Amino acid sequence: MKKHKLTAVLLAATALTALSVQPAMAQTQDDSIKQIERYREMIADGNPAELVEVRGEALWKQKRGPKNASLEACDLGLGPGKVAGVNAVLPRYFPDVDRVMDLENRIIHCEITLQGFTMAELTKRPHSLSASERQTDHEALTVYVVGQSRGAKVNLPQSHPKEREAFLRGEKMFFFKGGPYDFACATCHGVDGQRIRLQELPNFQKTENAQRAFTTWPAYRVSQGAVRTMQWRLLDCFRQQRMPEMKFLSEASIDLITYMGVKAKDGTMDAPAIKR
Amino acid sequence: MNKKIVIACGAVFVAVAVLAGCAAMVEAPVAKEPTDAEIVSLLKASFKESPSAKLDRLDQSPLQQACTEASRLGKPLDEKVREKLQAAALANVKFPADGKYLGDWKKGEAIAQNGRGLQYSDKVGDVAGGNCYACHQIDKKEIAFGNIGPSLTGYGKLRGQSEPIVKYTWTRIWNSHSFNACANMPRFGDAGILTEAQIKDVMALLLDPASPVNN
Repeated sequence: MKKHKLTAVLLAATALTALSVQPAMAQTQDDSIKQIERYREMIADGNPAELVEVRGEALWKQKRGPKNASLEACDLGLGPGKVAGVNAVLPRYFPDVDRVMDLENRIIHCEITLQGFTMAELTKRPHSLSASERQTDHEALTVYVVGQSRGAKVNLPQSHPKEREAFLRGEKMFFFKGGPYDFACATCHGVDGQRIRLQELPNFQKTENAQRAFTTWPAYRVSQGAVRTMQWRLLDCFRQQRMPEMKFLSEASIDLITYMGVKAKDGTMDAPAIKR
Repeated sequence: MNKKIVIACGAVFVAVAVLAGCAAMVEAPVAKEPTDAEIVSLLKASFKESPSAKLDRLDQSPLQQACTEASRLGKPLDEKVREKLQAAALANVKFPADGKYLGDWKKGEAIAQNGRGLQYSDKVGDVAGGNCYACHQIDKKEIAFGNIGPSLTGYGKLRGQSEPIVKYTWTRIWNSHSFNACANMPRFGDAGILTEAQIKDVMALLLDPASPVNN
């Protein structure tokens, strides 16, 4: 590899700096990271997401919409009425729509087909805006269903060609560099031990990292005082990548969630989690 | 995905022959590798424009395309491609017209702390920050620093302020791809993230002997 001479000199200089200054700094930073870890353990008891789960369960069973039906007959991938463990096998292919859907797409699909709501009204504002605002019905329903997968082993089906294609597209999107900052998902989530400020970044090429990330969304975000879904998580990642706004339920979101889910195989679902 | 129906043989006019192996076989559909063009059009269909973030952000430059491919395959860029991309980046670096490279390190520190700018939710023309601490250690008093880039603590103290150092540093900030085509660092000057005056302030943060970075 041919390098600019100056670069080489400066790199050597940087290495020297690292040797002379780093130990003391590393100590301070290790302490901060330990403190954050302790904080995470402390907040894990009493996750406010549980209240949202309870509301979601009531909503799930309540007769609603123009058809005055509950969502209890919804087929989330393991058969009509089966909620337990579904998030560990989603996204997956659904023959009735001949495409791959993630959990949030499928819940919306059931609200339309079973309850008679329209796509427009369900997707108008899926995410709550501020901490003071009540969580949206969509967030509550999603969190309830996800909670029913606690303890289930992640195992997304990949036998249908459309499931495999979703993964392959998701993989390409994960590495797609674009926008004014030239960022890809892989820029921050493709290398071990990287941090933005003090926030550690999961490396999706490492199974245990992918598992930890995939199995803990949706999550209650303490900094936002709200439960956030996986769809929201992707939207917010792309916002920080300086991409345009990702559409709720978009094809790219399904592909990327499929990619992450396949990478997280055999992880144990533990969502809704609580995060900083 | 293609569902292909293949007629296994021609002798379909004899019933026995059909049973013997001339049946129409439905071939199992096979997953298709998506093309790069398909990925771009799918992404465009999956995002919406705002006044400050148009869909053209999903059109890749030759450099973005080459670096995407290299990172996906886990292979370094072809040496000739790398040199060409770096030379093109270097050729477009604009140095300050007045020949002054260092501004105010205090303003530079504020720029290094500020992570705002160029998001779809931002207004057109909003002043952006450099968000340098997201990836670099700079002033050692700030302990909330990232590690995607190297530590810059003591940057000027170690290197001094000679012309090559000053120009090299300016170039790194303006377009880091001049030295490393697939570097993760944004093109702060080239992409119009920071203004010339802001880059001067960040330069001072790194190189001014009075800056806390060098003390």
